[in-house]
Amino acid sequence: MHMADALLSPAVGGTMWAVSAGTIAFSSRKVRRELDDRKVPLMGVLGAFLFAVQMINFSIPGTGSSGHLGGGLLLTILLGPSAAFLTIASVLVVQALFFADGGLLALGCNIFNMGFIPAFIVYPLLYKRVVGKHPGPVRLTLAIMVSAVVGLQLGPLSVVLETWFSGISALPVSTFLLLMQPIHLAIGVVEGAVTVAVVSFVHKARPEILQGALEARPIGVHLVRTVLIAFLAAALLTGGIVSWFASKDPDGLEWAIARVTGKEELKGPEQGLHGALAALQNKTAILSDYAFRKPVAPKNGGTQPGDETTKVEESRLGTSVSGLLGALMTLAFALLSGFLLRRRKQPAGRAGN
Amino acid sequence: MASIEGALLDFKRLDRLAAGEMAIHRLDPRAKVLATLVFIITVVSFGKYELTPLFPFFLFPVVTVAAGDLPAGYIVRKIALLCPFALVVGMFNPIFDREVLVHLGPFGVTGGWISFASIVVRSILTVGSALALVGVTGFSAVCSALERMGMPQTFAVQLLFLYRYIFVLTEEGARTARARELRAFGKRGKGMGSYGPLVGHLLLRTWERAERVHRAMLSRGFDGRFHVRRPFRFGVVETLFTLGWSAFFVFCRLVNVPDLLGSLVTEVFR
Repeated sequence: MHMADALLSPAVGGTMWAVSAGTIAFSSRKVRRELDDRKVPLMGVLGAFLFAVQMINFSIPGTGSSGHLGGGLLLTILLGPSAAFLTIASVLVVQALFFADGGLLALGCNIFNMGFIPAFIVYPLLYKRVVGKHPGPVRLTLAIMVSAVVGLQLGPLSVVLETWFSGISALPVSTFLLLMQPIHLAIGVVEGAVTVAVVSFVHKARPEILQGALEARPIGVHLVRTVLIAFLAAALLTGGIVSWFASKDPDGLEWAIARVTGKEELKGPEQGLHGALAALQNKTAILSDYAFRKPVAPKNGGTQPGDETTKVEESRLGTSVSGLLGALMTLAFALLSGFLLRRRKQPAGRAGN
Repeated sequence: MASIEGALLDFKRLDRLAAGEMAIHRLDPRAKVLATLVFIITVVSFGKYELTPLFPFFLFPVVTVAAGDLPAGYIVRKIALLCPFALVVGMFNPIFDREVLVHLGPFGVTGGWISFASIVVRSILTVGSALALVGVTGFSAVCSALERMGMPQTFAVQLLFLYRYIFVLTEEGARTARARELRAFGKRGKGMGSYGPLVGHLLLRTWERAERVHRAMLSRGFDGRFHVRRPFRFGVVETLFTLGWSAFFVFCRLVNVPDLLGSLVTEVFR
């Protein structure tokens, strides 16, 4: 479910970065204000635990496949929203840097989808309400199952929306939703079942851990409202600024809307310094105009129209070939420069040794 | 089980690369983080049908890998795994977007294939630059650079803590999983019935470890901050590095270098 840089536009990526960075700042202040420095090592070690646990698989009965625990909800139940959010965010940072899961720009989206949603939406608005103060095993199971399923529906939904707003993918939003949501319903049920298994084990073995988490002052509606308002403000502000800067670029959203509403006409980027492909697009557009005008042309007589068509055709072929050739040449140049740099380095390195 | 330990070894290897002593390793991490951020933002700011203008951007990861003397084969293998999600979503572009945009002789190439190729190239570039950044900088240096650039300290401490204990806990996890593997003949015992208590035990041990760590830290005078003695200096070299690369990226964003080069060559041979 990791969102990827390659599917993101700078406006969407920047907005989600701002939102996640703002929430990190907010949660950091909150954790520090709680002055519970026992939580500092606990958060760090539990983040590492999440890493370890995601590597251990279990077989899913009746399917022959295997899965692993996501753990976002489990951490939120154990640590509370702010601390859990920071822990999940830190795990995602390491995954982005070392495992190339998504990338650095997509980090904002991933922190939101997998951290913000369970910690600041599902936990306070759903889990806390259902579980109450002194839950029995049935109530606890119910609360966890519902929260896991809802959380794993909201996360993919947000992935779909981010992809759609970026407009790099041509997948229609309805098809994308139909692909994502049912799969994640199944994943949500499994995640819920596993979280129930782990939580009830901890509940039996060391009830005080869970009791502490349950009795922690539930974050009030007030706090949720503050976070949501801040989130909206940050989104609007950065969305506005970034899209203002990016307005020179072809607007991904327009593309997507045109695709979804079924308008077939492909509009090229309106202005600006665009690449070979944009130029090619213009060329094809000119050509199609020309073709439309063609029936009128014979009135003027002469062979000119046919001539021009072949000329345009020729230059079009020329441009696409030259674009490709140029791309291959730059790639070769980049690789060669790396090779030369290394060659230059090696003798020096040996001389040093 | 080879997979968990394999992943761990892979992880450690990337971590160790950062201990290199090339000139690029010694740059202030802030310069490298900034250049990488500008790189990623310019790369993703291209329109979805723009493929050729992306190619000059290969220069940055390639030069970083070469200048840092990182093992190129290893980095390429890591990039080749690519983000499966981006690939799967990108695969739908050729299906839904069938407008022919480019003619290569008799072949018409649809917009879908071009945008899919563009997604693949973007993935390679963004993933490659992130790996190269870690390879020449190291995780804790990236963290402290981000902290200097305004990341909250609590989060920086969290990142460093996490990083310190990832190796400890994944090794513990791998041992646990291996023990289960040895006792589970084929498939029995690998279901959810044993998974819950297994992970639960790991969780409890983790929790107790955190309590021990906390006591040890308190007895050494922990006050909520990590003190790192690493001289930070954003000097002339760093400024040149950041500005130079940024200027290059912006130039390549505005001017289609491969197209210029290609038309130059085709003109010459015409």
